[in-house]
Amino acid sequence: MTRTFNPRHALVLAKRNMIKILRTPEQLIDVTLQPVIFLLLFTYVFGGALSGGSQHAYLQFLLPGLLGQTIAMSSISIGQNLNADIEKGVFDRFRSLPIGRAVPLVGAVLAEFFRYLTLFVVAIGFGYIMGFRIETDPLKLLAAVGVAICFALSFAWISVFVGMKARTAGTVQGVMFLMVLPLSFASNVFVHASTMPGWLQAFVKINPLSHLVSAERALMLGGPAGAQVGWTFAWCAGLLIVFFPLALRGYIRRS
Amino acid sequence: MTDLAIDATGLVKSFGATKALAGVDLAVRGGSVHGVLGPNGAGKTTAVRILATLLRADAGSARVNGFDVREQPARVRQSIGLTGQFASVDDDLTGTQNLVMIGQLLDLSKQAARARAAELLEWFDLTAAAGKQAKHYSGGMRRRLDLAASLVGRPSVIFLDEPTTGLDPAKREDMWDVVRSLVGNGSTVLLTTQYLEEADALADEITVIDQGRVIAHDTPHGLKRAVGGQRLTVHPLDPARYGDLVTVLSGITSATGVAGRDQRAEDGRGSVTVRVDGDEVLPEVVARLRAAGIATDEFSLHLPSLDEVFFSLTGTRSGDSRVPEEIVS
Repeated sequence: MTRTFNPRHALVLAKRNMIKILRTPEQLIDVTLQPVIFLLLFTYVFGGALSGGSQHAYLQFLLPGLLGQTIAMSSISIGQNLNADIEKGVFDRFRSLPIGRAVPLVGAVLAEFFRYLTLFVVAIGFGYIMGFRIETDPLKLLAAVGVAICFALSFAWISVFVGMKARTAGTVQGVMFLMVLPLSFASNVFVHASTMPGWLQAFVKINPLSHLVSAERALMLGGPAGAQVGWTFAWCAGLLIVFFPLALRGYIRRS
Repeated sequence: MTDLAIDATGLVKSFGATKALAGVDLAVRGGSVHGVLGPNGAGKTTAVRILATLLRADAGSARVNGFDVREQPARVRQSIGLTGQFASVDDDLTGTQNLVMIGQLLDLSKQAARARAAELLEWFDLTAAAGKQAKHYSGGMRRRLDLAASLVGRPSVIFLDEPTTGLDPAKREDMWDVVRSLVGNGSTVLLTTQYLEEADALADEITVIDQGRVIAHDTPHGLKRAVGGQRLTVHPLDPARYGDLVTVLSGITSATGVAGRDQRAEDGRGSVTVRVDGDEVLPEVVARLRAAGIATDEFSLHLPSLDEVFFSLTGTRSGDSRVPEEIVS
């Protein structure tokens, strides 16, 4: 009955998923082209209006927020991919091997690390061309990357769970989109919450994306980051505690 | 009891209202090839998936290599290899990457996994395609890679679920050679198939299942005897001589004393198939056809098809409510 989880097995399968991503680079559109387009659109279409004429000021505000929004949006693909993958024979192979049950799922989530790293390089790189500047130091930027990727890998388990439960890959997208859209707009990603009605502010305040974005802004632009980083990690733990077992159970039931 | 590599009793599995297995027993001696013969939907794949710990039976018990599939699935997985009906290879990975991945999941070091991959690719004649993605492989190559993947851990029990379905005849023979060499290495093979010919060519014992139940268990020899030896199929060159051909062949078969409703079957192509006990009858058939002046363009002796096997087995069972014509058609 020993079904020990071996981290090395998860890394082997993370490598498999990374090879698959590299073989079909269009899988990276949601962490490359999409944030670039959002940066351009929001900075130049709404930026002036939102921040009283200064597009640069809005860009400084927007970019850390957009990282949070992109993390939520691009979590959709892992659930979709797993949903499609699981119907293929290769998961039968994994199930017939003496490896922990969670290994194929954990491997897939770990491979996402690589996608989110790509997101940071692209978003901050392109942001720099547009005039974005880090106002803290490289160490804090590194911390910002670490916190965001931690959050992303925890958040991904929602998508994995939906992927295990949904009948088709299309359903995964529909369900995730319904959740991600209000989550990313009813937050401090694009604007300050202060102009919103009170009930909405209450939601924005507990929204995990708001905490992540506040932490990112503090780490990139300065200001006290500790509390927001703490809240973000608390959300990471909460998401993992709830959605990891749910996703695993969904996976086992599905076989 | 202890020398059984696979020992299953009373396996039952339902999917909703469909009863896939209705109490299947299987006993497979270590080091033998055991054929599970049955049509599509008979429950072959379900049985294999239960034995390979991919599915849980609703009732019944099974031990593989002495380990209970329900209580000790991890131990079972350590000693089995599974080749599914649909090749379980990763299309985006190369042949080498597929096999190295399996090796590393089986706790081989990277070097050992690479060496094992190279060895298997060589054995399965895939060395030239080792660096190509599996999606560019032909059907036969995918099957071979899939089989190679199930052998990485040198399993002592190997499940082959319809390993030759969809392969052309030449590739089928290649696959048979591979199966024979597996047993030569001491492994036990459980093979599912829809072809009596395949089971006959490979298996030491055959279990025939239909609608989730075992309807026969025997050696190939015994099974063939039970279903009445071989079949002779003759097609007249001139379709107008069909009636004469039937008369001639009826005379022969009644002379051999074989009776039964499947004695003579027409397949819609205008050829006639009769049951014969052996090839000693052939000279007589040829002589009578010549005497009657019937020229033929097909004259073949072969094993009964699965349809014919089922007709013989189920058609003679007492208390069988099934209408035989349904099975034959």
